[in-house]
Amino acid sequence: MKHIISTLVQNKPGVLAHVAGMFAARAFNIDSLAVGRTDDPMLSRMTIVVIGDDKVVEQVRKQLAKIIDVVKIQDFSGKEVIARDLMLMNVCTPPEKRAEVLALVEMFKAKVVDIGQKFVMVEFSASEDKIESFIDACRPYGIKNMVRTGTVAMARLSQATGGEE
Amino acid sequence: MKKLSSSDSSTQNPSILPIKSGAEIIVATLIEQGVETMFGYPGGVALPLFDKLYDAPINFIIPRHEQGGCHMADGFARASGKTGVILTTSGPGACNLVTGLATAMMDSVPMVALTAQVRTDLIGNDAFQEADTTGITRPVTKHNMIIKDIKDLQRSIREAFYIASTGRPGPVLIDIPVDIEVAKYPLQPLEEISLPGYKPQEKGHHRQIKMAAEMINKSERPVLYAGGGVITDNASEELREFAKKANLPVTMTLLGLGCFDQREPHSLDMLGMHGTAYANFAVQECDLMIAVGARFDDRVTGKLKTFAPNAKFIHIDIDPSSISKNINVNIPVVGSAKYTLGELTKEVEFKERKAWFDKIADWKKRYPLRYDAKSTNIKPQYVIEQICEATKSEAIIVTGVGQHQMWTAQFYKHIKPRHFITSGGLGTMGYGLPAAIGAQIAMPGATVIDIDGDSSFNMTMNELCTAVQYELPIKVCIINNGHMGMVRQWQQLFYGKRYSKSSLRNPEFAAVAQAFGAVGITVDKKSEVKSAIAKMLAEKRPCLVDFKVEREENVWPMVATGKSLHEMDGLDIFDSMA
Repeated sequence: MKHIISTLVQNKPGVLAHVAGMFAARAFNIDSLAVGRTDDPMLSRMTIVVIGDDKVVEQVRKQLAKIIDVVKIQDFSGKEVIARDLMLMNVCTPPEKRAEVLALVEMFKAKVVDIGQKFVMVEFSASEDKIESFIDACRPYGIKNMVRTGTVAMARLSQATGGEE
Repeated sequence: MKKLSSSDSSTQNPSILPIKSGAEIIVATLIEQGVETMFGYPGGVALPLFDKLYDAPINFIIPRHEQGGCHMADGFARASGKTGVILTTSGPGACNLVTGLATAMMDSVPMVALTAQVRTDLIGNDAFQEADTTGITRPVTKHNMIIKDIKDLQRSIREAFYIASTGRPGPVLIDIPVDIEVAKYPLQPLEEISLPGYKPQEKGHHRQIKMAAEMINKSERPVLYAGGGVITDNASEELREFAKKANLPVTMTLLGLGCFDQREPHSLDMLGMHGTAYANFAVQECDLMIAVGARFDDRVTGKLKTFAPNAKFIHIDIDPSSISKNINVNIPVVGSAKYTLGELTKEVEFKERKAWFDKIADWKKRYPLRYDAKSTNIKPQYVIEQICEATKSEAIIVTGVGQHQMWTAQFYKHIKPRHFITSGGLGTMGYGLPAAIGAQIAMPGATVIDIDGDSSFNMTMNELCTAVQYELPIKVCIINNGHMGMVRQWQQLFYGKRYSKSSLRNPEFAAVAQAFGAVGITVDKKSEVKSAIAKMLAEKRPCLVDFKVEREENVWPMVATGKSLHEMDGLDIFDSMA
């Protein structure tokens, strides 16, 4: 099962290596990892998607908390969250298929950001399963290449966040 | 947060703070942190710092190899409870610390390692003696950092000492580029340490403690399982009070030995792979296990699924990640051993539990630790018993890793905390001699004995030279069976006696000792054992005794890998010796 863990870490060199190294050393399985600055220049946020049962995720949380530069951990399991991936994808669009592809883009509420002779570049930000469906839908036309950020997530403010340490 | 001083930094005028070099700041901060003794080995980019140590009021011990120095700092820390300090140069100097840091990390030993580094502008260029020290040591330290700005230097050293010695202790490494050693900056007044991601929880939650006490009071067949955390936290007295008031039998891990006097009738001695039969049987039949400062290591539990199958678990530990890692715990208490045991003692009641203690007494009578005492050969267990008798259990005993370590755990009666120093978690061969040197430096008046294996001793014996240089009266007893004994035992039992690469040609250890300037004695007759020990104990110089023991003796009992604790081998061998 996938769990989303959101951690605030000190914005210092070596912290990413420390977190990534801990995951490798303890044989935890990372599905995705997204790192970015926060509104506080001293802090960064890492959103980590981990695969494992509850026991594994509990250990992940505790081992993360042990890292001195990890300031705060939220486990979003079972919480109401907004989770998003960002994807950029070049889809093959021979002239006769272009309209179909654009219709798909429209249907998924994705965005065309670049148009070439044979390809269109699509930007799509959505939940992971929606992105997967979009990829499946585009596959028959031919996917030249694609890039994804990994999941970022936030608890709904209308809900009690919980799970903080 | 820890208040370090009453001096209020806001009242200090920064312009009147004395300007110092990085090296001077390091030395001043070490002294401020109470460092009187440190270990280290010089080298290129560490020279500015060594220059400032030339006339610093710090007792500086130079090992023969940085690994030895790291184990010395570790032995010093375990014997004294203070933070051990080791300093090396960049590249090879820093890399040689890895085994020592990993040893200290696994056994939660407070240590600060300072490593010099190449100039900041050369980092990443494959410079001479450059290594990615923080990268290499990250998994084997509690925390590490590289100083890229002189402004951060003094604060980082203070943080390192704080992190190393609090919570679950461990080694902290600071990598310092040579240009930072020579840069200038004002010496900073002490101020509060603020680490937003690091707040060890010393005080166990009162509700959890109350629930634990209720469970203990109800229990018919409890076992108290004490680990190294009790010794680290100086909580032996609290443990004794607690066990006495609640009337609990006590079993200890290898690292816990010494936290409860083994002469007490309530002691079950060590549990686990080479634990006593009565400890292992008691664990398997108990209805409640109270773990304090222990971590359910695989050498303790045997097959996890059938470990203490009828028991509920209370787990007291300062490190939340140790709780419910291997065993699902019914009542977790995150807190220090000292505080939590003190609080728990207030809540528990005395309960007689006659049937349980009768059963334990019966196991103790039926399955004591045995060896063939009538043998005319020198049995390793006999040597260790004689050392115990001659020192009245008062010596600080240090070991290497292997059979001799297990026999020392079994046949030396451990009665005091910080008197048994051994590499438990990592199992580092070669730990014994340098750790004994560190312990002797920490405790100059104590009798310090390294009970070592021949193969373990071979790994770091060059440090005998260090003992001679500093005129340390340490004793080395080599339990010399001419093999890597534990490897040979496993090959005998599980690999059809195919003794693959497990015997080495040893030097004449006594002659080696003499060449180093120490006293060397060889003992190859059982009748000479006692007199050799007496001579060794009277000796003021470093003294090595090479006991040529029976070559193919095995450690019993033994819980083979994958077996449950009650499925011990060797009890029939004990019976045959009765």
